[in-house]
Amino acid sequence: MNKDEILKRSVYTGTHLLEGNVAMAEGCIAAGCRFFAGYPITPQSEVPEHMAKRLPEVGGVFMQMEDEIASISAVVGATLTGKKAMSSTSGPGFALMQETLSWANLIEMPLVVANVQRVGPGSGVVSLPTHGDITQIKRGGNGEYEVIAIAPNSCQELFDLSIVAFNLAEIWRVPTFILSDAWLGHMREKVVIPEPEEIKKRIVPRPEYIPAENETEGRPQIYTTANKDFTEFNIPAFPPLGSKHFPYWWISLTHSQISGMITETPSVADNTNMTINYKISKNEAKISIVKRYQLDDAEIAIITYGTPSRSALEAVNECRKEGIKVGLLRLVTVWPIAETAIREVAEKVKQIIVPEMNLGQIAEQIERFAFHTDGQRIPVHRVSHTAILHTPKEIIDKIKEIIQ
Amino acid sequence: MSYSAPRGKENITPHPYGTNTQMHKLMGFPFTMFCKGCGYGSIAQAICRVFKEENLQEELFPFIVNIGCYSSMPTVLPGKTFMTLHGRGIAVATGVKMANPKLKPISIHGDGDLLSIGTNHFLHGARRNVDMIVILLNNNIYGMTGGQLAPTTPMGSKTSTTPYRYGEEPIDAVELAKVSGATYIARWNTSTIRDFMKSFKKALHHKGFSFIEIVSQCPTQFGHKNNLPKALDGFNFIKNNSIRINKAKDMSPEELKGKYIIGEHLDIDRPTLWDRKSQIIEKLKD
Repeated sequence: MNKDEILKRSVYTGTHLLEGNVAMAEGCIAAGCRFFAGYPITPQSEVPEHMAKRLPEVGGVFMQMEDEIASISAVVGATLTGKKAMSSTSGPGFALMQETLSWANLIEMPLVVANVQRVGPGSGVVSLPTHGDITQIKRGGNGEYEVIAIAPNSCQELFDLSIVAFNLAEIWRVPTFILSDAWLGHMREKVVIPEPEEIKKRIVPRPEYIPAENETEGRPQIYTTANKDFTEFNIPAFPPLGSKHFPYWWISLTHSQISGMITETPSVADNTNMTINYKISKNEAKISIVKRYQLDDAEIAIITYGTPSRSALEAVNECRKEGIKVGLLRLVTVWPIAETAIREVAEKVKQIIVPEMNLGQIAEQIERFAFHTDGQRIPVHRVSHTAILHTPKEIIDKIKEIIQ
Repeated sequence: MSYSAPRGKENITPHPYGTNTQMHKLMGFPFTMFCKGCGYGSIAQAICRVFKEENLQEELFPFIVNIGCYSSMPTVLPGKTFMTLHGRGIAVATGVKMANPKLKPISIHGDGDLLSIGTNHFLHGARRNVDMIVILLNNNIYGMTGGQLAPTTPMGSKTSTTPYRYGEEPIDAVELAKVSGATYIARWNTSTIRDFMKSFKKALHHKGFSFIEIVSQCPTQFGHKNNLPKALDGFNFIKNNSIRINKAKDMSPEELKGKYIIGEHLDIDRPTLWDRKSQIIEKLKD
């Protein structure tokens, strides 16, 4: 099979009625994913099922591993060897992955993990949606790290944003997450998949390691370096395992960002942690994707992400009919938190409503930025559920309650 | 940044196989961080010798190293090394092998690493028959963390976490590998390094999941607590407790209790994981 044939096979062109999990799997294959390792867990089991069928057709490998720990470890191994790789799981499995994800962040592995969230804690409710893992995604592992997380809200977006997730992982060299949930994963909707040539233009390929450009004192420069103020970052391509340029000792311990070698010097360890964190958080404006709706003259802003943004959109339309000035800011990327966009909205509006399928994990973040330019604090109201999807009416009632 | 030999070691003549290590290639001198009398240095040397004798292309035989006493072994290993988390080496190697089937990962493990936290991956790696080599460096104790009870610690030994010599039945890694489906299995100790080299060479050419256990003395942690304080004490203790496999055949289970049965335990052929995966990919091509 030549490259064109593989590309043609990897894109399921046409207009289809697809289940959310299947649309996501198709998006990942179109994005260039050629290795998948996973473990069955409701409500994401359709992802490995579909991958098992589709990946061998495009020359990829599907692995059903013994547990989620092994799945994510195998994904790290495959990514390091030069393949675009991913895993998918749900809440309890995601908790098992944390140790390895923390390590993957330290060594800056561009991998993708889809979390089709289900109600927790514990074994929870397997078929109900939640956004309870939002904080876990970034604060679940040991140490501190910043990640990129994308929250689609329809089957079409599950396809399109899966490609974006792989692209962001490659550009910023960081584990990237797709946040789906039990309802979104099992919903069936129309999905329009364009021609392979069109998809090809959207894909960011794995950057090739060029020895002459990526070497410091004769050794491969495998990690991101930053200037003193952490304003400019040089994110290098890394030599894959199996190539001549692979470093002789790629460690899993805290290292020097320049030499890649083990360190016990406090200032060097400090620099490593700052570099991998600030690489994402200081570039928030470049990374984050938001969608604005009716915000120009809004007095009340709804800020939300994922499935509840569908109810919120409906609520905005209904309120506008009644003459209430409401706008919607949808966070397509949940992490890094879209500070610039939220500050910009907060400056103009009088109140903010955050409908979430958890008890305010992102609302807490929004409160940090909810100030007018004169320093006056503006109220952030939560519409929280942990296992129920909001109805538009519920949000409209809240809006009417707060304007009185 | 420039490197020089550690203080006081500038004039030491390098070991003949030391020049083969990555550390020597990079910094001009080889060194190990192992305790005095530890058997891991000689095992690393044996691996270096095999690499030199077989003239292996180092990038095609990457070492996957986990967390344990042997974690500093890459300083004296001959090839490219990727260090993973505690016990996850075989799962990582599965990903590596599936992403690039030309490679043959060599995963190095300790006893706590392979038989305690990573047992699951060991069983399933062997069951799938991933084309890789697993080397188990068994020193019967958790050395790096201060001498705690390991799953291989002999019954009744004194360790940091068994001060009253309360023991648990140790696990037999070779038997575990056999029932899991490994296709090449051998066990040696630090007094049979040449046999280990032969086994390692065989494993390099073997297609499938190869498992080699090598029992080593640990004077610092195991020895000091169990009346074997010198390197030679531990060395002889293991040597005297080892029985060749052809002799062990005629012995009763009671006589074999607490003994290490050394030798080549299994050498069979079975389709590997990649054989099966590539078949499907080939089939779907047209």
